[in-house]
Amino acid sequence: MTRLHLKDFWRYSKQQMEKRNEQRVLVCGGPGCLARGSQAVYEALLDASGRVGGTGTVVEHAAHMVGCHGLCDQGPLVIIEPQGTFYTHVNPEMAPRIYHETLRGGRVVEDFLYSSGTGRRIARYADIPFYQRQQKIALRNVGAVDPEDINDYVALGGYRAAAKALEDLSPEDVIGWVKDSQLRGRGGAGFPTGRKWEVCAQAPGENRYVIANGDEGDPGAFMDRTIMEGDPHSLLEGMIIGAYAVGASEGFIYVREEYPLAVERLKGAIGQAESLGLLGDDILGIPGFCFNLSVRRGGGAFVCGEATALINSLEGRLGEPRGSYVVPAVRGYNQQPTALNNVETFCVVPEIINKGPAWFAAIGSEASRGTKTFSLVGRAVHIGLIEVPMGMSLREIIYDVGGGIEDGRTFKAVQTGGPSGGCLSAEYLDLPVDFDALEEAGSMMGSGGLIVMDETTCMVDVARYFLAFLRDESCGQCVPCREGLFQLTAIFDRIVSGEGQESDLAAVEELAVAMQEGSLCGLGQSASNPVLSTLRHFRGEYTAHIREKCCPAGVCRALTAYVIDVEKCRACGRCLEVCPAQCIAVSQGVYTIDREACTRCGACSAACPFAAISREGCVQ
Amino acid sequence: MKELTELRSIVDKYGENPEYILEALHDIQSRYRHVPEPALDIIAERMKVKKSRVFSLVSFYKALSFEPQGEKNIRVCMGTACHLKGASQVKEEIEAVLDVAAGETTADGRYSLHEVNCVGACSMAPVVIIGDSYEGQATRDRVRTLLDNDGSEEESR
Ligand SMILES: Cc1cc2nc3c(=O)[nH]c(=O)nc-3n(C[C@H](O)[C@H](O)[C@H](O)COP(=O)(O)O)c2cc1C
Ligand code: FES
Repeated sequence: MTRLHLKDFWRYSKQQMEKRNEQRVLVCGGPGCLARGSQAVYEALLDASGRVGGTGTVVEHAAHMVGCHGLCDQGPLVIIEPQGTFYTHVNPEMAPRIYHETLRGGRVVEDFLYSSGTGRRIARYADIPFYQRQQKIALRNVGAVDPEDINDYVALGGYRAAAKALEDLSPEDVIGWVKDSQLRGRGGAGFPTGRKWEVCAQAPGENRYVIANGDEGDPGAFMDRTIMEGDPHSLLEGMIIGAYAVGASEGFIYVREEYPLAVERLKGAIGQAESLGLLGDDILGIPGFCFNLSVRRGGGAFVCGEATALINSLEGRLGEPRGSYVVPAVRGYNQQPTALNNVETFCVVPEIINKGPAWFAAIGSEASRGTKTFSLVGRAVHIGLIEVPMGMSLREIIYDVGGGIEDGRTFKAVQTGGPSGGCLSAEYLDLPVDFDALEEAGSMMGSGGLIVMDETTCMVDVARYFLAFLRDESCGQCVPCREGLFQLTAIFDRIVSGEGQESDLAAVEELAVAMQEGSLCGLGQSASNPVLSTLRHFRGEYTAHIREKCCPAGVCRALTAYVIDVEKCRACGRCLEVCPAQCIAVSQGVYTIDREACTRCGACSAACPFAAISREGCVQ
Repeated sequence: MKELTELRSIVDKYGENPEYILEALHDIQSRYRHVPEPALDIIAERMKVKKSRVFSLVSFYKALSFEPQGEKNIRVCMGTACHLKGASQVKEEIEAVLDVAAGETTADGRYSLHEVNCVGACSMAPVVIIGDSYEGQATRDRVRTLLDNDGSEEESR
């Protein structure tokens, strides 16, 4: 390929966009669908169409493995465009019918369609409630574009924003547009992106850099991964625009080591963009605008998601934070001004350039404009990746988009903001989800994990889980964070094992405040959020653990017991066979579990064919 | 000797810039399933840094290890979604079957057991990945059967 100049680019873009209306078969290759075997579905579709080596068939040209389509619990998903026909739970055996009936015959196979809670079949994904309430900006192409083909990205309007910025806007204009859009960073803190870029552009320095933060360490979050794997060019385009705005000639994408596919896709995308003249020297033929981009792998440390730790890691040092008084926009990589943003933040920028800042600022809520992606996981009916306008209420997200709580159970809490976020109770269901509202309620936006919990979740256990996670991930530089987390986890270990004391809660609160005030970086400063928010909204559960030595949700092992319901038990003996502790006794046909000897492994309950063995939370 | 030459050529790809220590270490780790001691000297010499700096990186980053890793990795997701759905019990079962703790390698060098945080398949929580194959809605029974089968498969080869 030859490197394009601006004029050639517009011609090429137009050509690609005109080709777009042809039939396409999209097989979801998001992490959820891949895990459910979507690669085999893709192969089966090619086989069904009579794959002929070399020449190819209709399907071979039209079929693409694409990024996550979002509705992971229904996967593997197959979508047929331009109709938008949506097949769920697809397995390789279904491929021949999809090929013959839908692709050749133009008919929809009813049996393969999405079925709503009431059993109604819905043919087009756009009509499924899960999708109806969503608005996709950052995820605009994910699930539609072939992530390995730059032509496909361009056919969806890709790189037009970069070309427009270079042709029509000055760097100051770009910064002005981003400021006017009121875009706030999607990596957690919600810092205004335009302002960050302005500081970076104006700070004195010999070189400037842009860095995309793709470290995504929150356990239970996969938004950035989905973008990097499913639409890598949109990140590249956002970074090109960012580099132009701040005057950077070099950039990095720092990707979590656990995402090898993202690394591969990004490297592939960079190669393609270079050969088209969208990266490298004299981009789009504009003399002097050079931007080189490379991908770096992280080392598997959560703290490296923190901006200054990330920069240390990039420089080949230990990934320890530099302290919050160091502002990367002024003194970042190699001590030079650096615009470091989250992956999603960069991905939104091209749309702001395409559609204008006013368009973006009109979406969302007063202080949080635009949309936000979330990974909606836990006990919701629909689990997957969503993008909704800011300001939508938790209730709308969980019930309208997520379909409510699975198995008809009741909502108990939602956890937002990752390990240093907080848990909100049912009272907060009508809270609009934006940066400030979440923070006021004692939680935070974070990078966008939304974990739904029902009555089978113990909030003390959840707090302990996050504490243990952060204790293991603390870099250990500063005492409040290192020792505070160690002590807090020790106290929580006591509480969940039934050895908690009344004085523990006061100690917990004191430690939490000391960590907030005395820690070096955001990890320690916010590490006590899960503790403080669960204490605030679920104090009763703590006192049950401490005073009554009881775990109402039936989760904390030492406080619960397995009990056999004599009414349901048919004395079949399955539990005797599986119990590794041999703690089940039979006397005159009545089965009982010896609580002292029981290790609460749950094997008996899992094996019981009559569901007669359950775990009880409050047994003395 | 062969190892030394090979290590040198891996490190040489990255030149003298110490920024690339981590990248070089990643390549070494994936080639040898650990970082052999001589690699520290080679990197220190080539990139003109102290050996202690290279050592500290290996000990800091979870992706790197001095201990050789097993032939096959078993990854148990301990992410939030998986935790809520009983990941720790699944992990305990694997630890019991393989007689190792998370982070360790079996005595025969066959498996390494790792805890990971969210593999993006939360809709199938809890998730265990054995080699490259994903196991969703994992239970104690299921992982025991899988590991038993996996073991006998290897033997019959
Ligand atoms: C402990 C810790 C972990 C973080 N992890 C991430 C992360 O995984 N991804 C991310 O984009 N930002 C993360 N951040 C926030 C970054 O420090 C930084 O604010 C952000 O990347 C800036 O980008 P933005 O302005 O686009 O949000 C983390 C912060 C802390 C304190
Ligand atoms: S938390 Fe286990 S796959 Fe997401």
